Amino acid sequence: MEKEVQLEKDKNNTKSESEEIWFRCSACQELIYRKDFEKNFKVCPKCDHHFRLGALDRISFLIDEGTFEETDAGLRSVDFLGFKGAKTYLVSLKQAEEKTKLKEAVITGIGKIGGKPVAFGVLDFDFIGGSMGSVVGEKITRLVERAIENNLPLVIVSASGGARMQEGVISLMQMAKTSAAIKRFSQGNKPFISILANPTSGGVTASFASLGDIILAEPGAFIGFAGPRVIEQTIKQKLPKGFQTAEFMREHGMVDKVVHRKELKKTIIQLLTFLTEK
Amino acid sequence: MRRFAYDFERALVELEEKLDDLKKSPSVQNPEIAEEIAYLESQIEKLREKTYANLTPWQKVRIARHPDRPRTLDYVEHIFHDYLDLHGDRLYSDDPAIVGGFAFLDSQKVMIIGHQKGKNPKENVLRNFGMAHPEGYRKALRLMKLAEKFHLPLISFIDTPGAYPGIGAEERGQAGAIALNLFEMSALRTPIIVINIGEGGSGGALAIGVGDRIFMLENAYYSVITPEGCASILYNNASKAEEAAEALKLTAESLFELGLIDGIIPEPLGGAHRDPHFVSLKLKETLSSTIKELVNIPLEHLVEERYQRLRKIGFYREE
Repeated sequence: MEKEVQLEKDKNNTKSESEEIWFRCSACQELIYRKDFEKNFKVCPKCDHHFRLGALDRISFLIDEGTFEETDAGLRSVDFLGFKGAKTYLVSLKQAEEKTKLKEAVITGIGKIGGKPVAFGVLDFDFIGGSMGSVVGEKITRLVERAIENNLPLVIVSASGGARMQEGVISLMQMAKTSAAIKRFSQGNKPFISILANPTSGGVTASFASLGDIILAEPGAFIGFAGPRVIEQTIKQKLPKGFQTAEFMREHGMVDKVVHRKELKKTIIQLLTFLTEK
Repeated sequence: MRRFAYDFERALVELEEKLDDLKKSPSVQNPEIAEEIAYLESQIEKLREKTYANLTPWQKVRIARHPDRPRTLDYVEHIFHDYLDLHGDRLYSDDPAIVGGFAFLDSQKVMIIGHQKGKNPKENVLRNFGMAHPEGYRKALRLMKLAEKFHLPLISFIDTPGAYPGIGAEERGQAGAIALNLFEMSALRTPIIVINIGEGGSGGALAIGVGDRIFMLENAYYSVITPEGCASILYNNASKAEEAAEALKLTAESLFELGLIDGIIPEPLGGAHRDPHFVSLKLKETLSSTIKELVNIPLEHLVEERYQRLRKIGFYREE
């Protein structure tokens, strides 16, 4: 949706791509020693700024080592509308693949968190804004159905600008498809823990990501429905400071907890233990 | 009074206005005037065909947004009887951008929900141009649950530019309200018929748009983003909305080809506002026959088929 490119352009919060030993934190401008940064789950050791995390890093931070088995890895997007933008959909896909070394904006699979098996999905914002088209919608839906079949808890980490424009109204309908799958899952007795990372907006917030039994968010993450630029243009006034952050959403009752990245795995284990064991 | 006209229909509307004036003239019986009227009528007929027979997607979007286009409550008035409007989400307030209530379709009891745009600038401010806040979606959900409880088929009218993007909407959980409606509608135990009568603006439209049968009026559109929004992102230029409208494949015809809707309800040349009674009649025929079909399907099957309908949406390949 409208917000995705706005956020894509927000280079202040990119992953620090270069491999310099030292670099400057984009939030506090302090010099950071890369090793400290990596050890600190890619959170600035000086100011706690949570850098955006790719899907692979997220898997290595949350899933027990060597337990992750990816599912539906072969699903690929197709340009069924023959979408004509400034660049074609196929070019966007190719560039995203090169940038992220991923094949799509979501990775799904079965793995263990603290020894407990879960159905796990994670979106990657660097792949066309983490946008949900047919493949993301289908992989999430299959993951949810797999969780139902195997009676597993479901954990999904979202980072997305919303629906994938290049798939037109078909991408919009993925909101309904994934939400319908979560409805089926909710009729069982296993928890869905939804984690909102920076940023989560548009059609992903307005579907599965908001349907968790428990909703956690990372500090400072942008979370909302509409993008700030769209809101400003509509209401013709500046937005208040801290609007649409994880903390704002917690204050307004939309998320259960804002959890520091280094506490995230521990918190998930705590919830899984509480919600799945007698 | 001058009538509203878009640039592409300006010449036609001017001729029609001229005809109206002639017909009102005191010398209308004068043979010369009568002859001119006949001539104008034939010219108008030809021009109308030429103007509207092959509308581009962008022209259809504009017709869908026409200020005189019939709104949800116009159809309610024309098609149903004994409409009893209901209000409020029981949590925060009553959102005038979404209306709903009980009604009869002939002898069949139904529940109606729908976006409601204004008929004039003042009402549009009240209705927020049909852009709902979370409380609107929560009111709709409350009425859906009533429909389920009292075994009433649900008829939902879509007509919105989108869910309202504002501070209060975000504070009160716009995203969560939409998500919850998708979640609940997917398994609601009563038949749901959805009619897109004008603008199908993204998540704000879909939030009351999950159903067993989905129809669109001929000039309605349904899109993941407005053509203007798409243009400003993809082309960095909002004035490329015409190209974006083409690329987004948002017309009723495109949605039918994509397998997302069950049928297209015809409009008179130029759009529904030119003959609301005709469109109401067509709409009523569709609603009546569809309800008769759906109420005979056991609920278990109905809900399963609704899930499968959503489940198969998507185009991808597997390596």
